[in-house]
Amino acid sequence: MALTLVAPATQAQLQGRRRAWWRRNLSIVLGGGLIAVMVGIALLAPWLGTVDPAALSPIRRLRPPSDQYWFGTDALGRDVYSRVIYGARASLFVGFAVAAAAVLSGLFFGLVSGFSRWIDAILMRIMDGLMSIPSVLLAIALMALTKASLENVILAIAIAEVPRVTRLVRGVVLGLREQPFVEAAIAAGTSTPRILIRHILPNTIAPVVVQATYICASAIITEAILSFIGAGLPPSIPTWGNIIAEGRAIFQVRPQLILIPAAFLSLTVLAINLLGDGLRDALDPRLARQM
Amino acid sequence: MTGPLLQVVDLKKHYPIRGGLFGREVATVHAVDGITFHVDSGETLGLVGESGCGKSTAGKAILKLVDPTSGTVRLMGKRIDGLSRSAMWPHRRDLQVVFQDPYSSLSPRLSAGEIVAEPLKNFGIATGAEARERVAWLFGKVGLRPEQMAKYPHEFSGGQRQRLGIARALAVRPKLIVADEPVSALDVSVQAQVINLLTDLQAEFGVSFLFVAHDLAVVEHISHRVAVMYLGKIVEIADRRTIFARPQHPYTEALLSAAPQPNPRLKKKRIILAGDVPSPINPPSGCRFHTRCPYAVARCKTEEPQIRELAPGHQVACHLRLPSAG
Repeated sequence: MALTLVAPATQAQLQGRRRAWWRRNLSIVLGGGLIAVMVGIALLAPWLGTVDPAALSPIRRLRPPSDQYWFGTDALGRDVYSRVIYGARASLFVGFAVAAAAVLSGLFFGLVSGFSRWIDAILMRIMDGLMSIPSVLLAIALMALTKASLENVILAIAIAEVPRVTRLVRGVVLGLREQPFVEAAIAAGTSTPRILIRHILPNTIAPVVVQATYICASAIITEAILSFIGAGLPPSIPTWGNIIAEGRAIFQVRPQLILIPAAFLSLTVLAINLLGDGLRDALDPRLARQM
Repeated sequence: MTGPLLQVVDLKKHYPIRGGLFGREVATVHAVDGITFHVDSGETLGLVGESGCGKSTAGKAILKLVDPTSGTVRLMGKRIDGLSRSAMWPHRRDLQVVFQDPYSSLSPRLSAGEIVAEPLKNFGIATGAEARERVAWLFGKVGLRPEQMAKYPHEFSGGQRQRLGIARALAVRPKLIVADEPVSALDVSVQAQVINLLTDLQAEFGVSFLFVAHDLAVVEHISHRVAVMYLGKIVEIADRRTIFARPQHPYTEALLSAAPQPNPRLKKKRIILAGDVPSPINPPSGCRFHTRCPYAVARCKTEEPQIRELAPGHQVACHLRLPSAG
């Protein structure tokens, strides 16, 4: 008796499967696509029909949107289109850099405190202290101590985000270290650093990647807030935050000075959050639909 | 080497239960409460008991996966309880473990070959191509195909995963393997295969097993001697034939009578115990079994029975069994 257990997939089935994949990963595709567009804008800024975003031209100030000035000009006659496009650079760079810095240091602290009880006791109290201060306030306070620069902004925002990653990683590590495969590794004579790197670390990647997207989104917002209140990047660098801040005074006359950079900001944050939600669903083993 | 391979004397593992504002110790779980036994070279000691009687904790305390509260553990005459992690390290070559759950005991993100090669690399036994060769050989020994080395644990069945766990334990050629219910997560036909594999490996390599289990049929098949645990204590130890034919402790009797009998014509006395296992937080006074023992007398409530030798190699902790009566 010939029994075909696995029938070759028909064209229709393949199509159906492909459609199912798209539907399942819609938020990853949408979020990832939008982020790719934003990154493309940031990288290709000089070739997207922009002019020097800092070039002043008092004679052409507060122009409405036109063929020459797509988004109009601001109170100092600078081209708003160029400023918004270049602003994507600052926002995205800060977002990605903060996410990377917070994740790397959070991973390190989380792994260490998940495996050493007395370091854990000290470290977690420090993290609790940091977490009790709202991240924007902490960043403002840190910025008040130093001069405005890209590195300082990244550092100030990242410090506020480190405790979140640390707590997450520590929780995962505490769960994993009770797993039989970690006990098996101990019994097999594996040293503690090797256990952390070979057995624990790979299992923390999925939740940390998801967390990284949320940190990236919140860092972009925090950077905009800092720039808006003048505690962020130096005013010579255009960012969505300081474009909005400068447009605030004349917002009733030229609302696009606020609305356009705000739209870019919201879209970017939305895209990153969509990606994060999609990744969380795709990486969560309890929701995994294809084992 | 003189003396037994593994000698455990009065081993205790208590877990504090902390509560209140400053984490005061409010109670203690007496998971393992003073057990004494030994395992000889090349033999299998079955450690049986109900769920929660402390048999797995005993295994972990011997392996130093949990720190014993008190008591001594000697492996080949050397004390290994109380050693620090680094001081324990060289002994791990002689003392390996196979876990109950073949799913969670293998790192999900390492390949099967990497998992089995890990102890080889840790102890510098083999590296590179040599390690690969050794792992391929081990795969053959446990009935897996060397081509499966590149696969990941989730691509194996439960029985195959347990074979991987056995290959990992065997890699460093240990003297003793603590097998913590190695077959209870497998279905019956696969159980038989894994049990036969263990006995074959014992015949070939002379490895000893401390075989923790609750399934009496499995224990009867694989063990040379059997120790019965109840609420953190060993109540009876004897060689397999004696304990299954002439159990002396009332608990062993009841446990054996509860095991399913393959021959339906064979009617036997079924002892049904009343009540549940008491809590190990507040174990009963005197003999721990007195609350459920059908033969209990007044003395059982007050005085704890010491484990005594009834006949050579047959120890029982019960007031009602006197050496002469054995």
